[in-house]
Amino acid sequence: MTVTSTDPPATNVPSTPEGPPDRPRRIRERRALSDLLFRGVARAGGTAVLAIMLLVGIFLTRDALPAWREAGLGFLTTQAWDPQGGDFGVAGVLVGTVLIGMVAISVAVPLAFGASLYISEYAPNRLKPLLVNLVDLMAAVPSVVYGIWGLFLLQPKILVVGEQGDGLPRWLATYFGWIPLFQVDDYDPRDPLASPTSLTASTFVAGLVVAMMVTPIIASIMREVFSQAPLGEREGAYALGATKWGMIRSVVLPFGRGGMVGGTMLGLGRALGETIGVYLVVSVVFVIQPHILQNGGGSISALIALRYAEDLGVGFAALMAAGLVLFGVTLIVNFGAGIIINRSRSGAASEV
Amino acid sequence: MTTEVRPAVTTEPAETTLPRATVEPAAPEARRTTGTTRRTDVFALLGAAASAVSLAAVLFTQLTPFDGVLGFVVVSYVLFLAFYALLVSLDESGPAVRDRLAGVVIHSLAFLMLLALVVVLVFTFVRGREALSHPNFYYEDMQAAGPLQPLDVGGVRHAMIGTLEQIGIALAITLPLGVIGAVFLSELPGPYSRFVRTIVEAMTALPSIVAGLFVYGTIILALGVPLSGLAGSIALSVMMLPIIIRAADVVIRLVPGSLREASLALGASQWRTIWHVVLPTARSGITTAVILGTARGIGETSPVLLTVGATAVTNLNPIDNPQMSLPLVTFQLVRTPSDTMIARGFGAAAVLMILVLFLFVLARLIGGRIPGQLSRGQRRRRAHASRRDARRFAARERARRALATQTDGIATTDSRELS
Repeated sequence: MTVTSTDPPATNVPSTPEGPPDRPRRIRERRALSDLLFRGVARAGGTAVLAIMLLVGIFLTRDALPAWREAGLGFLTTQAWDPQGGDFGVAGVLVGTVLIGMVAISVAVPLAFGASLYISEYAPNRLKPLLVNLVDLMAAVPSVVYGIWGLFLLQPKILVVGEQGDGLPRWLATYFGWIPLFQVDDYDPRDPLASPTSLTASTFVAGLVVAMMVTPIIASIMREVFSQAPLGEREGAYALGATKWGMIRSVVLPFGRGGMVGGTMLGLGRALGETIGVYLVVSVVFVIQPHILQNGGGSISALIALRYAEDLGVGFAALMAAGLVLFGVTLIVNFGAGIIINRSRSGAASEV
Repeated sequence: MTTEVRPAVTTEPAETTLPRATVEPAAPEARRTTGTTRRTDVFALLGAAASAVSLAAVLFTQLTPFDGVLGFVVVSYVLFLAFYALLVSLDESGPAVRDRLAGVVIHSLAFLMLLALVVVLVFTFVRGREALSHPNFYYEDMQAAGPLQPLDVGGVRHAMIGTLEQIGIALAITLPLGVIGAVFLSELPGPYSRFVRTIVEAMTALPSIVAGLFVYGTIILALGVPLSGLAGSIALSVMMLPIIIRAADVVIRLVPGSLREASLALGASQWRTIWHVVLPTARSGITTAVILGTARGIGETSPVLLTVGATAVTNLNPIDNPQMSLPLVTFQLVRTPSDTMIARGFGAAAVLMILVLFLFVLARLIGGRIPGQLSRGQRRRRAHASRRDARRFAARERARRALATQTDGIATTDSRELS
């Protein structure tokens, strides 16, 4: 920049013209016929999608009405499934669903956390795309494959092995049986003749299978937000002498907190709705079963898969109502996740 | 970009004084390694691992009544962490010890997850190997195969045909609707499309079994459509549609606004802009969204469990009579007590996995790129096209100049007359 020493030339101020003051012009869009057609088609497509989605909601509600009318609010508190006798409710399976979801989340979150931090911070650059693809592939593996893995490998070979039922559940029941959650009724782990079948087909095993399915979902969201942590702040932390873990704790984790919570909730939503993995592993009971290591558990989706062909009339309406309750729960969880992710600093730019 | 052109120096440069090297290096300087792993770290890791395993072995065999492989692994791991922390703390400060520990824990968690994936894949193929090695598994159906028949009778032809037909019909429904819906959401913003987006987002939360239950309740029980492949594909569509719309919407929104504005500024209408600029730019992303949605749909068991009706015979007609599908046949076969049936179930699961893997690799080959970022082949094609254009322009310019020299006289007289 050069500073001119001479005076600036005087500015000519135009005189205000006579007449009425200026007003903003009205801008009119004139669209071509093809544009109008396109907009029409796109609107129609959007409306069709909306109609399909609304139809699902409306029909579910309508078909569930007879059950609501018969059971009322008791539907949420009754622990039995006898639609012919007029005594039915989802209390048992709803608690089972939530317990399975909790087991799944408490296993999946640490795994997903470690895997996503590894991919975004520790993995060599050449390896990163491969690892990202592997996580995505893990999300694409069909749930029935995880189900048979749980049924034929995890349960008989790793968790409840042999005549004695050796494994993690037995160990937990032996040493932590005093915690109500890990208690197993009618089973004495110190009795060598005790049948290990009380430890199979439990909420815990089902939760582990579901954990395998939701881990990649949580991991991919966490990785996304971790990798968005700003470079400047990372380098700032290093420049102040932070170790790698110090940098992660002070920059990456605070930055990605919203994404972590949101991703966890999305995983939870998926875990709650999971059917086949649970249905293959668990034996469905309709009472509240708070002992996660004990044989028998349940989830709403497994209940539907189990009974859809047998229950007619009110029974079918009751299944619809159960499905609606499940949908409501996953909807709340998913919307909560969406809000948390969008509000957070990291999530605004990432898509879930 | 501005390039600074320096004037050529005509005067002689000032003489530079070179520092005199005092000692001649005996050998060429060795290149320093800039890696951050030191030998001590490796020694600490190996030492900690060795001592942890040994101590755990002593604990398990001599001192305590512990047993079990899982317990051994867990105990050794905990001991390993303790020993490693101890070894590192001998010559590092507190924060560095924590850093090393965190690194080790994160590495092992990632390894555990990878291991789980590998175990799931390998287990499926190993158990399915038995059925897959019989060629009849691919071209026979289960009509003649009872629980006692050996593996060289019966196969999953009916399930493969059913899966392909059902996913085909589902794609025929979801692909146009999904792309139009995504274009609507991203290109015609407004309160209405915001409402549609909210509903679509809500529907991604729909558990797949509820989608199946909806189709079973309305289309099969109320409308009287028989249990068939068509009903199954409608259930799959209800489940896949929101997934595809949402993913495609995200990809279309990633198309740079400058591209769109450039097209509009050149006078293209909105429709032309979307057809010639937005959709081609987002094509790889949309393809990926569709393929991943398809992979998800192929693997879902619960919607088809309620709607396609399961059969052992091959049924080519998706509109009438029950069909079968791969996940469903897996699900049914592994629940039988017969060993050969279970082997067939694993075979079906392996076939399903191969299908999903194929789709996944296809999706990765086609897409997964940010819009605007081109693959090598695309870049070469673009460069080729632009070279062709340059030649075309040059030829046209030459032709015009030749024409101008021919008609030069006329043109000048014309212009003189005009002025």
